[in-house]
Amino acid sequence: MTTTVTEPQEQTYVPAAETIGAVLDPRERPARPSAWSASMTFGWRAVLKIKHVPEQLFDVTAFPIMMTLMFTYLFGGALAGSTGEYLQFLLPGIMVQSVVMTTMYSGLAVNIDIAKGVFDRFKSLPIWRPAALVGNLLGDVLRYVLASVVITVVGLILGFRPGGGVMGVAAGIGLLVVFSFAFSWIWTMCGLYLRSEKSVMGVSMLVLFPLTFLSNIFVDPSTMPGWLQVFVEVNPITRLVAAVRSLMAGTPDMGELMWVFVATAALLAIFGPLTMRAYNRK
Amino acid sequence: MTDTAIETNGLVKVFGDNRAVDGLDLTVPAGAVFGVLGPNGAGKTTAVRMLATLLRPDGGSARVFGHDVVAEADAVRSLVGLTGQYASLDEDMTGRENLILIGRLLGFRKPAARARADELLEAFGLTAAAERQVKNYSGGMRRRLDISATLMNTPRLLFLDEPTTGLDPRSRNQVWDIVRAVVSYGTTVLLTTQYLDEADQLASRIAVIDHGKLIAEGTPGELKSSVGAGTVHVRLRDPGQRADAEKLLSAALGAAATPDPDPRRVVVRVPGHGTESGAAEDAARALSELAAAGIVIDDFSLGQPSLDEVFLALTDHPASEKEAAA
Repeated sequence: MTTTVTEPQEQTYVPAAETIGAVLDPRERPARPSAWSASMTFGWRAVLKIKHVPEQLFDVTAFPIMMTLMFTYLFGGALAGSTGEYLQFLLPGIMVQSVVMTTMYSGLAVNIDIAKGVFDRFKSLPIWRPAALVGNLLGDVLRYVLASVVITVVGLILGFRPGGGVMGVAAGIGLLVVFSFAFSWIWTMCGLYLRSEKSVMGVSMLVLFPLTFLSNIFVDPSTMPGWLQVFVEVNPITRLVAAVRSLMAGTPDMGELMWVFVATAALLAIFGPLTMRAYNRK
Repeated sequence: MTDTAIETNGLVKVFGDNRAVDGLDLTVPAGAVFGVLGPNGAGKTTAVRMLATLLRPDGGSARVFGHDVVAEADAVRSLVGLTGQYASLDEDMTGRENLILIGRLLGFRKPAARARADELLEAFGLTAAAERQVKNYSGGMRRRLDISATLMNTPRLLFLDEPTTGLDPRSRNQVWDIVRAVVSYGTTVLLTTQYLDEADQLASRIAVIDHGKLIAEGTPGELKSSVGAGTVHVRLRDPGQRADAEKLLSAALGAAATPDPDPRRVVVRVPGHGTESGAAEDAARALSELAAAGIVIDDFSLGQPSLDEVFLALTDHPASEKEAAA
């Protein structure tokens, strides 16, 4: 805001009526872009923003590595007898946790865009209305994939040996990314409703911490008190982790997979329209 | 083709219990600059946002080039461009990327979007800054990039919402030149402003808005003749001559002196005849009468009527800021 750039051109620029007239020359207007093409353009924007502000990739690189190392070596010995054993159990879960935690940045990005006024321009363009939001989320998908790959690589180095092989791990990551895309709509909606970046962050932390910790990510739920087991059982993250684990282990659990697909569809069906309603009202 | 760019009938927008726009009737002819003048909180921005399809009206109707802003929003969006009070740019991206983004969203293929972006950067003197992130732009550059992004799809109607608020005089003049160039090539411009001076410089018709309602409309000349063409400010060397000076000036200009707290200042409004040169002539004649009477002045100026004076003349109350509503 406070940076002012003085440069020779800035001093001498005199708007010339002819050059401005030339750019105003009525010309053939291009056809309205398809929903897909508009969304991909916003996805391109998200990628460009990563290029210009690479620091934002910390949360999908450094943070997951830290989590994996910390929990493997902190709990591994105590919980599974050895860190190597524990890693086989933990890795799919810590991957789910890291990626699901990252979904809150979708809400932050939308909130910042609104605060900066750039959404006004997008909204005044004749394009498929959800494109700006979908495009942002497509950029986020890229981050989810990146975080998953980083964790997989760290895991492999530490001794993670998934029974499902390359295909199993890829399927697990795929399922996780699809679910997270649907889950992000919740935060996008919050980003539209809540006043500031900080409140978006606060609300999402409040939901994401219990959701990821009170699950089967770190320990077997059968060791927990009964009332907690009830919560863990209905926690969607538990189901997602179970499904991802089964895929990576090469023993797909159809029941859990179905559950995740239904949850994904339900999230999209509920929060997609709600988010668009909030977006159109803004 | 129609000769009317905008037509609104009883347009209403309510935020809570604040009637931001309260039954606005406007007719904006095509092919010229139309100024919308009003103080902060008068409802200018809200009205513009409804016309640009960013807000849904709560009542009344508005048509832009014959298209209803609600029922035919997409048709309206393809004909208008809006440059708001706050730059609608992505600060993290470069100027060029911002323009390419808008171009792509308008349906240009990549090479065409790049070519169009470069053409606009050139026209607005931003070529050298094209590869810099917008957060490093000065206020004037930002505004120019914002306007060029709005012109990407050669809109037939350009909304400029307080385009010079917060700019330094040089950048303000650049924006004025841009507006003149844009309109001389046939684009209709609707410009909102808080400055009578700016509306007078650019607009061929001016609407004055207060509390969401239209209170006056006409050419700048008509408006000024209803308000007075300007105000003569005189600074006397000897405060003791104030009464004489006031009497002389009032008689010469045909208007009572406006009370002023400074004992050495005399302020008299110049009643307008619809032209500016008339006011200057009147003022010059009045000043020479002061000199003839032996009253020495240190300083004088002929000021444009301020927005406050316009409002005083039109509504009998000064332009008031609305209490924190917006």
